[in-house]
Amino acid sequence: MDAHAHAHHIPWIRRYIFSSDHKIIGAQFLFMSLFFLVVGGLLATMIRWQLGFPGQPMPGGMLLPDEMMAPTPNGAIMLPEFYNSLVTMHGTIMIFFAIMPLLVGVFGNLLIPLQIGADDMAFPRLNMASFWMAFPAGLLMLASFAVEGGAAGAGWTSYAPLSADGQYTGVYLGQQLWLISLTILGFASLAGAVNYVTTIINMRAPGMTWFRLPLATWALFITAILILLAIPILAGALIMLLFDQTIGTGFFLPASDGEPLLWQHLFWFFGHPEVYILILPAMGITSDVLANGSRKPVFGYHAMVLAIISIAFLSWIVWGHHMFQSGMNPTLGTTFMITTMVIAVPSAIKVFNWLGTIYKGNLHLHTPMLHALGFVSMFIIGGLSGVFMASTPVDIYIHDTYFIVAHIHYVLFGGSLFAIFAGITFWYPKMFGRLMNETWGKIHFALTIILYNLVFWPMHTLGIQGHIRRIYDPNQYEFLQPLQPVNTFISVCVFMLVAVQVIYAVNFIVSLKKGKKAGNNPWKANSLEWTVPSPPPHGNFEQVPIVYRGPYEYSAPEVEEDYWLQDTPPASGAGVPTPEPQPVGD
Amino acid sequence: MSWLLPESFSTFGPDVDFLYYVILWVTGVIFVVTEVLLVYFVIRYRRREGQKATYIHGSTKAEIIWTTLPFIAVLVLAFMSRGSWNTMKNPASVPADALDYIVTAKQFEWNVTYSGADGVTGTADDISTLNAMHVPVDRAVNITLRSEDVLHSLFLPDMRVKQDAVPGMDITVWFQATAAGAYPIGCAELCGIAHTTMGGTLNVYEPADFEAWVASRSADADDADDAEDQEDQ
Repeated sequence: MDAHAHAHHIPWIRRYIFSSDHKIIGAQFLFMSLFFLVVGGLLATMIRWQLGFPGQPMPGGMLLPDEMMAPTPNGAIMLPEFYNSLVTMHGTIMIFFAIMPLLVGVFGNLLIPLQIGADDMAFPRLNMASFWMAFPAGLLMLASFAVEGGAAGAGWTSYAPLSADGQYTGVYLGQQLWLISLTILGFASLAGAVNYVTTIINMRAPGMTWFRLPLATWALFITAILILLAIPILAGALIMLLFDQTIGTGFFLPASDGEPLLWQHLFWFFGHPEVYILILPAMGITSDVLANGSRKPVFGYHAMVLAIISIAFLSWIVWGHHMFQSGMNPTLGTTFMITTMVIAVPSAIKVFNWLGTIYKGNLHLHTPMLHALGFVSMFIIGGLSGVFMASTPVDIYIHDTYFIVAHIHYVLFGGSLFAIFAGITFWYPKMFGRLMNETWGKIHFALTIILYNLVFWPMHTLGIQGHIRRIYDPNQYEFLQPLQPVNTFISVCVFMLVAVQVIYAVNFIVSLKKGKKAGNNPWKANSLEWTVPSPPPHGNFEQVPIVYRGPYEYSAPEVEEDYWLQDTPPASGAGVPTPEPQPVGD
Repeated sequence: MSWLLPESFSTFGPDVDFLYYVILWVTGVIFVVTEVLLVYFVIRYRRREGQKATYIHGSTKAEIIWTTLPFIAVLVLAFMSRGSWNTMKNPASVPADALDYIVTAKQFEWNVTYSGADGVTGTADDISTLNAMHVPVDRAVNITLRSEDVLHSLFLPDMRVKQDAVPGMDITVWFQATAAGAYPIGCAELCGIAHTTMGGTLNVYEPADFEAWVASRSADADDADDAEDQEDQ
């Protein structure tokens, strides 16, 4: 009651705009990153227009300025410099402003305090600052489309020297804004990560031992450590590149005795842990949802935790596999091939344990469960296609082709994004107090997974035929001309794939007001967030919960129902130490 | 839409293609087995009213098996890949009788210099061509790859060759073509606005035809019959 009364005194602007409540900040990250997800998707449709119908006037293209589209009597045709900006910004926005904040910003904020039984983050104001750095950084990134020379066009990896000197691309200010925006976003990520780590270490409820943490929280914990270690390297590299651009240093410019490969080493030393920052939380979410949908404990909980930790460790020693063809010493190539091959093992362990989780379950195929199963089936493909690139001789042929485009999208769309759909649908009732519509949720899932595969599966085969990536007009190459029908087919499927996301958007918006009331625990789940009202009040728990068991005690023989909340005292109380209940401190 | 590699025309081809098909088989089998199991479990164990799931937390035996087997599999793949990688990329693997070339990339063209009859680059009998490379069949070709401005990537798909060109570095690339013909050259690294146009042709000649080409270019450079060839001056 005290917590409720307390909440009413907070003025509106501190409650919903400059809020320090982790749940509101999570919702802010949600709306921000869904907005950028839409932007990134629209950029992708423009890329695919050019590839599916090269040199043909783009519908609606007349609305864009002449720096992007060349006007002709029949309509406006995309310019190659705009194509390069689209490719660059699609990758940048999707990775840094959609997937990363969705996984880390949204679920980190929403789930960590609730799942460990804490009233908020350790540093609520730092948490607020994190969002209010991330959001302007995103706007700055978008604004770069409007400056002279257009947005950055050196790829999301911004390889130097192309990115280091505007004379090579004609983009000066756009590239600088790209660097400044990502630097600010980096600080936002660091603020979030230090908060997550501190909160999980210090604020777990009595009885919440490390091996009673839900895997979503475990994954977010390890991810936060990766962020703390990786982002400073990115920030350093970004600032060095910004200096090359603006004040005449030459860290990456050979004309000033700089070293172009240094950028790649720095970028990928950050970038490969980043890949796992983008997948580990998705794996954690999937584990939580799969256990719930299967009504069964996660198979091999300890193995799952160890796999997360091994992936995090190995992610620091595989970055060179992005650079097999870069001119790096070939002996190093062999070293990185071996570490890269080994990192496939913990990923395989996770897949087998997920299969073990659904084995002999009692599967409730609700929408989040379908998306989680979608994640597993697509992650299998993304993981296996990685083995081709890990083999250095095979990589010679498929490096920088559409094979890698297919691979990254099977991991980040088929993987991360399906887990995000699972997570949003699963915790939507906890965030907003109402459930999303199940029927439309299932229709959206079915259409998305079919169209998604029609888009990205054929890209493997394009790569196998030698189709180079990031080219504005594949028909410039005679040997790629026979592949045009495949490109056109992919583009048409992309347009449909983007269109069916409207179903999800409408379902999301309409359910805010019209959805079925959720109650505390609509999915009959075990972890602590389901013991409090939906949405939880300010301060979350009326009194500090006491944790008696792990989060996955589904279908336990001791209880009649097929779930067992983590804070339900055991019937006899035998063998479990029961700490005294404590009131929530302020 | 095929998973089969296009035919290769260099001595690297058999190695690369063999490894590719080994990985395709291994991953293909794992793919089919795991996806079939997933779908089977979803159907077999779908919800039944009044039924409880089996309460299992895991199996140490299973964990050991599915940790060890993938570990062995990937190490075998790495071991199999090691040799041909070294052959293809290590400068020490270039055959001694290889013909010397310099390929200098810049936005957005490939400048190729053949060392000519004396086998030494930087001399008067060098032959320079633009966006076209002329080599004999069944003879190793040793390229010093350079860039004047940004990163580019020399991609000869039919030779199974790809190597980034890095400004400030001399990188050794070699291959040996096994069939005469005209093959595409591509730039595989985003290099600026006209990246997409940075293509060229690799002409592989029978030895006699190659001699004839060298002779024609040495006798009178202006008389070159190949319209794509230009003096690089």
